[in-house]
This record gives sequence, structure tokens and C-alpha cells, in this order.
Amino acid sequence: MLSVEILTVSYATRRVLDHVSLEVNSGEVLALIGPNGAGKSTLVRAVSGVVPVESGYIRIEDLSRHYDLLSLSPMQRARLLAVVPQAASMPPAFTVWETVLMGRTPHLNFLGQVSAKDESIARLALQKVDALDLSERRVGELSGGEQQRVLLARALAQSTPILLLDEPTSNLDLHYQVGFMETVGTLAHHDKLAVLVALHDLNLAAHYADRVALLVGGEITAAGTPQQVLTPELISTAYHLQVQVIQHPFADVPLVLPGNK
Amino acid sequence: MMQQGQDGSRPATMKIHPYLYTLLFLVLAVILSIAIGSVYIPPLDLGRILIGWLDRATFSEPLKTFAFILTGIRLPRTALVLLTGAALGCSGAAYQGLFRNPLADPYLIGVASGAGLGAVLAMSINWPYSFWGLLAAPVAAFIGALLTVFLVYTLARVGKTVPTTNLILAGVAFGSFATAITTFLMLRSTGELHRAIAWLNGGASQAGWEPVLAMLPFLAMGLGILVLSGHALNLMQFGDDQAQQMGLPVTRARTLILLAASLATAAAVSFSGIIGFIGLIVPHVIRLWFGADYRRLLPLSLIGGAGALLLADVIARSMIAPQELPVGIVTALVGAPFFLWVLRRAKNQGYW
Repeated sequence: MLSVEILTVSYATRRVLDHVSLEVNSGEVLALIGPNGAGKSTLVRAVSGVVPVESGYIRIEDLSRHYDLLSLSPMQRARLLAVVPQAASMPPAFTVWETVLMGRTPHLNFLGQVSAKDESIARLALQKVDALDLSERRVGELSGGEQQRVLLARALAQSTPILLLDEPTSNLDLHYQVGFMETVGTLAHHDKLAVLVALHDLNLAAHYADRVALLVGGEITAAGTPQQVLTPELISTAYHLQVQVIQHPFADVPLVLPGNK
Repeated sequence: MMQQGQDGSRPATMKIHPYLYTLLFLVLAVILSIAIGSVYIPPLDLGRILIGWLDRATFSEPLKTFAFILTGIRLPRTALVLLTGAALGCSGAAYQGLFRNPLADPYLIGVASGAGLGAVLAMSINWPYSFWGLLAAPVAAFIGALLTVFLVYTLARVGKTVPTTNLILAGVAFGSFATAITTFLMLRSTGELHRAIAWLNGGASQAGWEPVLAMLPFLAMGLGILVLSGHALNLMQFGDDQAQQMGLPVTRARTLILLAASLATAAAVSFSGIIGFIGLIVPHVIRLWFGADYRRLLPLSLIGGAGALLLADVIARSMIAPQELPVGIVTALVGAPFFLWVLRRAKNQGYW
């Protein structure tokens, strides 16, 4: 379980996150939504330790042990929490296999020597994202959707109880978006990972998240089930836009559409 | 041969035996470097001398003269050039990885010129010819190299990235500045420094085993750290954020690698002068043929750099024999067109 408590982050004098608190339980997907510049990426980066935190706590509970994330080294942190970034920033020359094995870093020495166990974990990670057949390919030759799956496999190879994803679907077409989020859902519900995913697409959040947190101007303005958060009032206020919310014809999820009545 | 790597495919054998190929290349270059010079020593006689040494035999002419040339001139020079090339190739690969920039080269980013300035400043103080006096030049060169890296990096940086053009512009500008001061210091002085002009262009004119022995500890430390840094550099290719999220203490790793690469460069410059483009060409060719994994790229660039500079030195010695060209001129003749080719490639394809 990941719990973020009264977290405050500032860039120079500008406060980007203001007393943000949220919890992600193992076995659930929490979608972080909100307009551009609300602080979604900053939250992911702060929790993963690459942005200095002004005040607050980040705690992880795993196998009934408690960790204070802010006091850990990068290596220790990377054993508890893995991040899936956007695919845009991948070095193209590595093969898929090399890339996924790099996810084992927190369990390796400075030289990065891998054992047979590390290799079998990497292979399993590739299997879980359905990308084992890409192993020998260079990352630069892959499509955006394939690259994103490789980044997910790399995060899984870290063998962490917590998974953070920073707008992983923003470069993907609909087919890849759905496939990717299906996989993420399985990882939470079947493998019992605690998944925090920053998402742009409200309907994707409605479909695949167990709970949704709405971040506006660095503050959480609402959190709960998709039905509780994706209401016309909350969304219109957050995005400064008139929206309608209707029921999905076949599933028990809300659909957010722009426009007046 | 360049064509093979262009689309990412390469012969399977190249992938299997990268060390075999580069080591063969190095051995060939060493043999050429020992055999060729103002006096040509036929390979057969080379073999006889080697066997003779093992038997502790005494030689008759012409082997006696050949043996004298070997121990007194060819072998120390070959060793010095080999070590210099290894330092430049390996630190070039490391700089490329650190800056995530295919055009980073100790010469092009100004580090070599900064180290040269440091070395000449130390020499101009006229230290006594003692242990500490010999040490002064490489230490000053090391400080010069570090200051240059820091300056050029700060000048070229835009936010978190170091764009290629900025890096090269800042590097060339600072390099020219450092070279200008160095030249000024040399021209206004007399004696010892005056002779250093040839050295500064990569003349490799220092003879004997002293420079080789003096260089070794610096290189052993610098290159030792670098060949073990492959995994860290691999992670850094994903950017600082991702590298740290995968568990690498990025700032510490980068500082260590920067220190090691600058130490190796400074050692090379202090004893062999400023030689450009080896650190650019060698890692590039290795990357094209054997892939981008820095765990392999660094040791292979070390071996390949040694071989490449030995070949360049052989050409420098034989092109206008009996006179010698500074080896830096040979590497520039080959390196500058190569640089333009890489620049074009980098523009079209991004970094790989």
C-alpha cells in the first residue's frame, strides 16, 4: 500500500502540490486525473524521488513492513516502487531484452551483472505485457504502443509492490490504449500491485480505475469511485468547460462528453 | 563497411566476437607500429629478436641494431601511443554517454585543450625535474580538464538537456580560447616550452619509457573506473529521472564517471599532446558494428582507440618520411570528414 500524506512540492517560489494526500491499496488502480499543469506529473516524480519534497510523507507498506520512502536511497526506493514514463524518451539503440533487464538494476551490483533468476524475471515481465516476441528487436524500430509495453515490462522487472504510470497512453491509438489499460488492470487485480496512473483521458479512467482522484491546481478536489468523481459539476469546474456525463450503454461506468445541453 | 550498420542490421558474427575482432585489429596495429619507421624491421627479424630475448641470446648485425631500435625507440613509442589511444577512445565513449550526445569527444568539447592549457601552465613554472615535477603537468592537466568540462557543460546546457550544437559551439569556443592562451605562453617563453609546440599537436616526440610509466597510474585509475561504468551509463541513456527511478544514484555516478574520463584525457594530453577525433570515431564505429551496450562499448572503445591511434601514428611517421607529421594532423584529416558525416546522421536520425 502506498500512502502520500500532506505532500507539498514547490518549484522555486511556485507551489505545485499543496498538501496532497492519497492512498493506493494493493490490488487497485487509482487514476489521477486533472487538467494540464495541475501537478499530475509532479506528483508521480515527487513520489518516485526525483523531485525534492518540501514537506509531507510518502510511506509504503509491503508484506507488513513499513517504509518511509523519503529517507531511502534511490536503490532501496527502486525495489519498492517502479515508474512507467511516457515512451517518448527511450534510447532507440538498445534491444528490448537489454532494456527490460535494466529494470533489474535495484537488485544488481554496480556492474549490472545479471543471474539466471534475473533473466527469468525479465522474461516473465515481457510475457505479462505480451511482448516476448519483441525481445531481439531494437527499441527504435518499435511502434509507440510496443515501446510503452516494453517500458511497462521494464517496470515489472523491478519486482516492486507499487507501480506508478505517468500518462502512459497519451501517445497511443485507441487499440493500444485499451490493450495497455487491460494489462494494467490485470496487474493490479490479479498480481495485487498497487497502481497509481496519471491519465488524460477521463473515459479511460472511468473504465479502468477502481478509484479516481481529481487534482486541480496542486490540490486534490475530489476522490472516490468513478461515479463519485466524474460528475458534471466537478469536471466542469476543474476543466473550465461545460460537460455532460452519461451512462455507458453496456457497462456500469460514466462517460464524459464535452458540450452544453 | 559503414553501410551495414545504417539500418541497424549487422553480420551475426560481428556480434558474437567483438573482442576477438578488436583485439586482432590491435595486435595488427602493434606489429605495424613496431615494424615501420625510418628503419624498416621485417616481421621475420622481429620474430627472431623476440625469440632471441627469450633465449637471452646475443645478436649479430643487423639484428643488433634492430634490437637497439626496438627497445630504445619503437617499443616505448608504441606503448605511449597505445595508452594514449586507449584513453582517448574510452573517455570519448564515456563523454558521449554522459552527455547523451554522439559528438562528444575530448577534443571537440574542449576538454583536451583545457587539459593542454593546464599542462603548459604547469610546465611554464619550470618545476624541477623530479618526481613531483613530473607529476605537476598531469595534475594541472586534470584540473584544467575538469574546469573545462564544468564550464562547457554549464554554457551548453538548456534546462536538462545539452543540445548537440550548443555542446560543440561551447566546446570549440572554449577550446580555441584555451589553445590561444597556450600558444601565447609558448611563443613568449624560450627553451623548454618552445619545443612543446610539436608536442601540443600530438607530436608524441617524448622518447623513452619515463612518460609511459608516468602515464600508467593515471590511466589505470581513470580507465579502470570507466570500463566498470557501463551499466550506469546504460541507465543514464534513459535520462536522469528514469535512471534514478531504476535505482541509480545519478549525481554520484555521473561525478565519478566525469572524473574518471577527465583523468584519462588529462593523462593522455599531458604526455602525448592534443589529439582530436579518436574519441569520436572509435566509439561510433564500435557502436555501429557491435551495438550500444556501454558495458561492451567502453572496453571495446579502449582497445579500438589504441589500435586506431597506432595506425594513425604509423601513417604520421611514414607519410613524409624521414620527417614526421604530428599524429594529431592525421587524425584530423580522417576525423573531420567523419565528424561531418556523424553530424548529418545525428540530424536525420537522432541519437542511437
